[in-house]
Amino acid sequence: MATPNFLWSLAKKYFTAGLIGLTISDRYASFMAVRGSSMSPTLNPYNENSTAFVLDDYVLVEKLCLQRYKFSRGDVVVFRSSSPPGLDVASLLKELSSPSNYKEKNVKRIAAMPGDWIHLPSLDTVRVPEGHCWVVGDNAACSMDSRSFGPIPLGLICGRVTHVVWPPQRIGGVNSKISMLPEVQVLVSEEHSH
Amino acid sequence: MGMNRLQELAPFVKEALQQTAQVANLLCFLHVTNTYLCSIAKLVGPSMFPTFKDGNIVLTERISSRSGKVGSGDVVLIRSPDNPRKIVAKRVKGIEGDEVSYVLDPKNSDEQKTVIVPKGHVWIEGDNIQNSYDSRQLGPVPYALVQSRIFFVVWPPKDFRLIGNEVS
Repeated sequence: MATPNFLWSLAKKYFTAGLIGLTISDRYASFMAVRGSSMSPTLNPYNENSTAFVLDDYVLVEKLCLQRYKFSRGDVVVFRSSSPPGLDVASLLKELSSPSNYKEKNVKRIAAMPGDWIHLPSLDTVRVPEGHCWVVGDNAACSMDSRSFGPIPLGLICGRVTHVVWPPQRIGGVNSKISMLPEVQVLVSEEHSH
Repeated sequence: MGMNRLQELAPFVKEALQQTAQVANLLCFLHVTNTYLCSIAKLVGPSMFPTFKDGNIVLTERISSRSGKVGSGDVVLIRSPDNPRKIVAKRVKGIEGDEVSYVLDPKNSDEQKTVIVPKGHVWIEGDNIQNSYDSRQLGPVPYALVQSRIFFVVWPPKDFRLIGNEVS
């Protein structure tokens, strides 16, 4: 009977493939689905007129940038969520709609790096502290981002979105253009401007 | 003639490929155990004195941090919110919803302050409160920054012991 041997070698093959797959997805790149319209039109472009079923975008997330934690303004990044430290009623309501779980991941664009100054109409000028960054969604109208929970530590970032890989008609790169929201004004500090 | 040479080389190429695959496999296995099970770390600096001394080598496990079971009293390795390239060892003093009181300025006064740790955050402090840069300056830090929990000191041999979740 060759069956146990066959099963054993099959199990070994799957185990090896799993190990290699996990390593690649942890260290180099992985795929993930983007939910919600907070990054529209860059990801999940949302069209009010079309009633057609809208597919989620699948994106390629590059992880090599995590070895040095080198990011620049305009990068679209994936980060683990952390709930707002300053709890007021508005953010509490938002929190209920999007539970802040440490396992949950968000996709947003980096608007400012450590040392930059940010002008907000609601608040005063904010300086992004060392080791933090300011993230905003491209779709300002429905995005919960640094405007509600403040700067996030760079350590929460777990990858940079580089390409859209699915659906086929949307395949293409994700550029790191800086489309600033009108109400958020960034003053780039000297050390980062060159 | 050239074809014959290639055929002679074929077994060596095959063996070389097999060896490379085995090494790659081993590296992948190491990576997975390192990121999902346990790893080794060397502690530097005075902030966790007297529980840990400068230069202690410890074993850390990732299962409890990944499954969200890190609680008060555990010693964890946490990515510094200030500098993402740095990982620090601190003791968790409170998890989300806990009330934590801490001494504002241990060198000069006993004045205490009480805060409530917000959702999704932990409060971390070094055991050596005179000389530690932690939540007292940084505020609560996001839980997702917790990397792993320290459970064993392996080096030097005289410190060889299991680390529980209470202050020694």
